[in-house]
Amino acid sequence: MKLQHVVRSEMDPVSLVRRTDATHAAEARRLARNSAREAQGRSPRGGTFWALSAAGLIAFFGIWWLAASAELIPAMFLPTPLAVARRFIDLLTHPFVGFTLEQHLWSSLQRYLMGLVLAITIGVPLGLMMGWFRWLDYIVSPLFETLRFIAPIAWVPFAALWFGTGMGGPVLIIFAGAFPPCVVNAYRGAKQVDGRLLEAARMLGLSNRMIVCEVLLPGALPAVIAGLRVAAGLGWMSLVGAELIVASSGIGYMMVKGQAAIDTATVMSAMIAIGMVGALIDLLLGRTEAFAMRHRHRARQ
Amino acid sequence: MSVIRIDDISRVFSHDRSGVVALDHVSLEIADREFVAIVGPSGCGKTTCLRMVAGLEFPSSGTVSVDGKKVLRPGPDRAVVFQQFALFPWKTVYENIELGLRAQGMAAAKRREVIERYVDLMNLRGHERAYPHQLSGGMQQRVAIARAYALDPGVLLMDEPFGALDAQTRVVMQEELVRVTRANPRTVLFITHAVEESVYLADRVVVMTSRPGRVKEIVDVRSVREANQWDQYKRIEDVMDLDSFVRLRTHIWKSLRDEHSGTERVAA
Repeated sequence: MKLQHVVRSEMDPVSLVRRTDATHAAEARRLARNSAREAQGRSPRGGTFWALSAAGLIAFFGIWWLAASAELIPAMFLPTPLAVARRFIDLLTHPFVGFTLEQHLWSSLQRYLMGLVLAITIGVPLGLMMGWFRWLDYIVSPLFETLRFIAPIAWVPFAALWFGTGMGGPVLIIFAGAFPPCVVNAYRGAKQVDGRLLEAARMLGLSNRMIVCEVLLPGALPAVIAGLRVAAGLGWMSLVGAELIVASSGIGYMMVKGQAAIDTATVMSAMIAIGMVGALIDLLLGRTEAFAMRHRHRARQ
Repeated sequence: MSVIRIDDISRVFSHDRSGVVALDHVSLEIADREFVAIVGPSGCGKTTCLRMVAGLEFPSSGTVSVDGKKVLRPGPDRAVVFQQFALFPWKTVYENIELGLRAQGMAAAKRREVIERYVDLMNLRGHERAYPHQLSGGMQQRVAIARAYALDPGVLLMDEPFGALDAQTRVVMQEELVRVTRANPRTVLFITHAVEESVYLADRVVVMTSRPGRVKEIVDVRSVREANQWDQYKRIEDVMDLDSFVRLRTHIWKSLRDEHSGTERVAA
């Protein structure tokens, strides 16, 4: 069983986890560079980094604009940035296939939150309990290890069959995307809780319920929150995929209809909205993570 | 009544196909409210002994029982004070002491009363709302002792509780423990590798051999302590200057020394 755990952590679904690791590494390098610079009598210049980020964006939009306006690609297939921006603003007030952009977004967000909350409320307790009750681990693991490699989108046929274009379909698919990281991270977090604390808990006579709620959950909290962040990202990506097929509103639905009408500016507006909302969700959860971790750094000493 | 009976226990750890004998037919009986310290070279299995009484490990043969009941699992009737404190970092001092009482289903008002009593006993007043990481090692171990005492256990098991503390803090804690355990006697099993500590604290000192761990000799400290009235001295250094103390300490020291040199010969 032990080997399997190692393998499991290596194969984490979640390139996002690696991305956070990479971000940490980059942060460490940046700090190292800054302190080196300070040692040389130069102050770290935050402005430089902002300028570089801005340069990246400008270059991106510049190339896009050049490609579109030089008509290398027909405007029907690649609208100019300006056309997309105009369409984006227009969509905020003028309905497209029945709803404005923010109405589509809102209906997407509702499904998203339902699926995500469902995945968290089932996945986190399940993962924690699997980390404590070995029998549960043995029952669930083989099933879970197989199911979690099925891409969320693969559930689309069943989502359509079971729920049609109702709320249930996308919720099921988001659940399929967000559930595995919740379980995996809660499980790994529970396994990493200091064994001495678990011995102390048993010595104090804590019931299993108390051990899960008061020892495993707080002990696994950093891992759980990292898992939520991953789940939120995967869920958001699965949602849009789901709405391309099984929905009658929402941001993904908007894209399908835009494509059918060969209205590429609308498709791109939707893509931009997806990207922005995704980044916003990640930012919020990143803040939550930092907040939850504030005691941990001192506790390590 | 809490009597610990360790009856002919052995413990074999298996490495590959060969077994390493950690404990070899150890027997020991600890009377109600008796304070017994086990000293021995590292790796002699003294901690394993304690963990078996705690129900955290089990003998390969032989039995461990408390009050005639075989030990099958850990429980609040046998409170453990761990070397690394094992306090819950996300709980305050108050909540750490409270957790075991809540597990017993004690009412909130009663819990408060009990916690106050042990906070006072261990001189923790004013630190109830602190988190463990905000406290020094000595203070953390006070919390762990208060947590153990609050369970009102028949048996207290202390696994090198002062091993992680600096020398000065250690002395203070030893004096405190003498004060607390003389006033609130429990059946205590105390593991240490510090000879002075064992003589200062215990009624009887069990000297163990190096691996495989056996009982080498059992030294009666209590009769000497009472005959020479050690308890009239508040400070450890005054006790440690007494001839009666020095004689006992030197005796145990020599007994252990043979074991240490034995280990070194094997190692060389």
